[in-house]
Amino acid sequence: MKEDLVLPAQRTQGPGTDGERLLEVKGLTKHFPVKGGFPIRRTVGQVQAVDGIDLTVHTGESFGLVGESGCGKSTTGRLITRLMEPTAGTVTYRGRDISHASRKQLAPIRSEIQMIFQDPYSSLNPRQTVGSIISGPMEINGIDPQGGREKRVRELLEIVGLNPEHYNRFPHEFSGGQRQRIGVARALALEPKLIVADEPVSALDVSIQAQVVNLLQQVQNDLGIAFLFIAHDLAIVRHFSQRVAVMYLGKIIEVGDRDSIYTRPRHPYTHALLSAVPEVSLTDEETGGRERIRLAGDVPSPISPPSGCRFRTRCWKARDQCATEEPALVRISGNHEGHLTACHFPEEPTTEGRQEDIVLDPALAALEEAASDDGEERA
Amino acid sequence: MSTPLLSVRDLHVSFKTEDGVVRAVDRLSFDLDRGRTLGIVGESGSGKSVTNLTVLGLHNPMFTTVEGEILLDGQELTTARESELEKLRGNKVAMIFQDPLTALSPYYTVGRQIAEPYMKHNGATKKDAWERAVEMLGKVGIPNPRQRAKDYPHQFSGGMRQRAMIAMALICDPDLLIADEPTTALDVTVQAQILDLLKDLQREFGSGIIFITHDLGVIADMADDIMVMYAGSAVERGTTAQVLRSPRHPYTWGLLNSMPRLDSDTGVRLSPILGTPPSLLTPPSGCRFHPRCAFADRVAGAGRCTTERPPPATDRASACHLTADQKRTIFIEEIKPRLG
Repeated sequence: MKEDLVLPAQRTQGPGTDGERLLEVKGLTKHFPVKGGFPIRRTVGQVQAVDGIDLTVHTGESFGLVGESGCGKSTTGRLITRLMEPTAGTVTYRGRDISHASRKQLAPIRSEIQMIFQDPYSSLNPRQTVGSIISGPMEINGIDPQGGREKRVRELLEIVGLNPEHYNRFPHEFSGGQRQRIGVARALALEPKLIVADEPVSALDVSIQAQVVNLLQQVQNDLGIAFLFIAHDLAIVRHFSQRVAVMYLGKIIEVGDRDSIYTRPRHPYTHALLSAVPEVSLTDEETGGRERIRLAGDVPSPISPPSGCRFRTRCWKARDQCATEEPALVRISGNHEGHLTACHFPEEPTTEGRQEDIVLDPALAALEEAASDDGEERA
Repeated sequence: MSTPLLSVRDLHVSFKTEDGVVRAVDRLSFDLDRGRTLGIVGESGSGKSVTNLTVLGLHNPMFTTVEGEILLDGQELTTARESELEKLRGNKVAMIFQDPLTALSPYYTVGRQIAEPYMKHNGATKKDAWERAVEMLGKVGIPNPRQRAKDYPHQFSGGMRQRAMIAMALICDPDLLIADEPTTALDVTVQAQILDLLKDLQREFGSGIIFITHDLGVIADMADDIMVMYAGSAVERGTTAQVLRSPRHPYTWGLLNSMPRLDSDTGVRLSPILGTPPSLLTPPSGCRFHPRCAFADRVAGAGRCTTERPPPATDRASACHLTADQKRTIFIEEIKPRLG
């Protein structure tokens, strides 16, 4: 039997605890087997959902994880909350390795790491009242707050901006944004130190998204909870997170402070991702300011990812070295401290427009060439 | 100026449901010219999709009441017979849907589905239509189109399926293309490819496009003109520059203020619109936005917003009781500074 996981004594929340390493992930890997064949089903391949990622979340910090669908960001969230067991690598929470801990060993930690899910419709049990949904975590963990659980639930409802009188209502009586608030209240019920929020606002309407983002920010500031904020919306991640990691096909390809990543990106994929975000320009000048990069095709399959650098099949800078040698996630010259990039041939640290757009999509390139030829002929 | 390609006048659409009558679209008027793109932006339930299903006659006539005029090239569509509409669909008017996997049939090859409208409307032979389908697939950027035309939709990735949908929509060279959230299900790098592809193809085909989305960034990128919808009505209309740079309706202000941008100040909290969108079964009295409006108390005449509906939005005025001067001052002094 493994020893029980004993957590260090609870520290009082305060500014002094900032910067302490709350969660440390090293070489985290999750491969899902692909079964096939007849009559005996064998494992014929592996989906390399997450493949050796390192990250650290400090106490009270908000860490953003961005990437497109299939890059492994949600799997990472599930591995950290130990809803899944990793294939390899370690997850260290407050100095204890929880990557292969048993159910029993995990029990004291579960209350400290909570999760907020994407879909506020499927993540709440329609047969339970709001009161029993939010008090559920307390019941399971045998926690009896002062004044009773009902009082605590009413407090929580108030914190997330719902009417405490709605204690006995059912989820279907609430709108999407209100349901997401119930999910936040449930996550807060055990006074966690880390909340993994997996696309917490992407199912909501634009005007409601801002309400929930503000609520999460308020919760983070007031209660000093660290967040792992997983999302595909780059503007929302930028708004919410102090540090940001960009994932592509199961790897972190760039990580750093928010301003470093968004204004001084080095990895070609980060450049492509930022340039693809459609933006409302509010100034009257014509925007020639941002670079324009249009990649070709979709993300390759994670069952047989490209050798070497995984982005090389869609990259305009790829050379032979990229196919044979996997770039390490390191601080390359010119980067600020803590800004790591995994690329052999990094880009200039700017997002300003280039002399020539990078258009790799063959259909776009053909149509645009034809259009510019027309323009020249007319001129 | 010739007559517009599509002209919608005072359109009302309501559904009979078990709980009562839902007024999904109310007092809606707009025009669209050839070669232009009209962006319709609004939240879920604002009536933006219903409007366009009505244009194509895709509503269920058993439960739907449509009043008003929809003129396509002078032809009235609200009273048109099903057989007349069938001649238009896929031919003069085409549609691109949000989810290409459910919009394509899993039982037929992609090539056959693309060729079908061409055979039906142009009387082409199977072989000619197939050739045309392959050509269209190549045009929208499917590599190796002759081979891939024989594939089934499940063998395509999400971005490729949406490209196939675009090929199908454009094969008969439609005058009007309705794109209902065509990139919402796609990743951001693929979305950028598809949006640019639509723009470039529009230049070649000259279609008028109605582009429906909830994303202001996408609309800024795509549209020449914008119509902002709330609870079934247009609250503001104008060119893209007018609506985004000098908006004149509190709801548009709210949308702009609640959305973080890549260059906005991260130290500032977002300013969301309070409350939730209203139920169209029992819409609020007076201005439908008044329960969520931060500026209703500035309107001259107490309680006017709760009792009197503002006139529908025109190209010059938003559907709001604030005076034109008030709208300008509030935007410049209170809204714009917060946009950073």
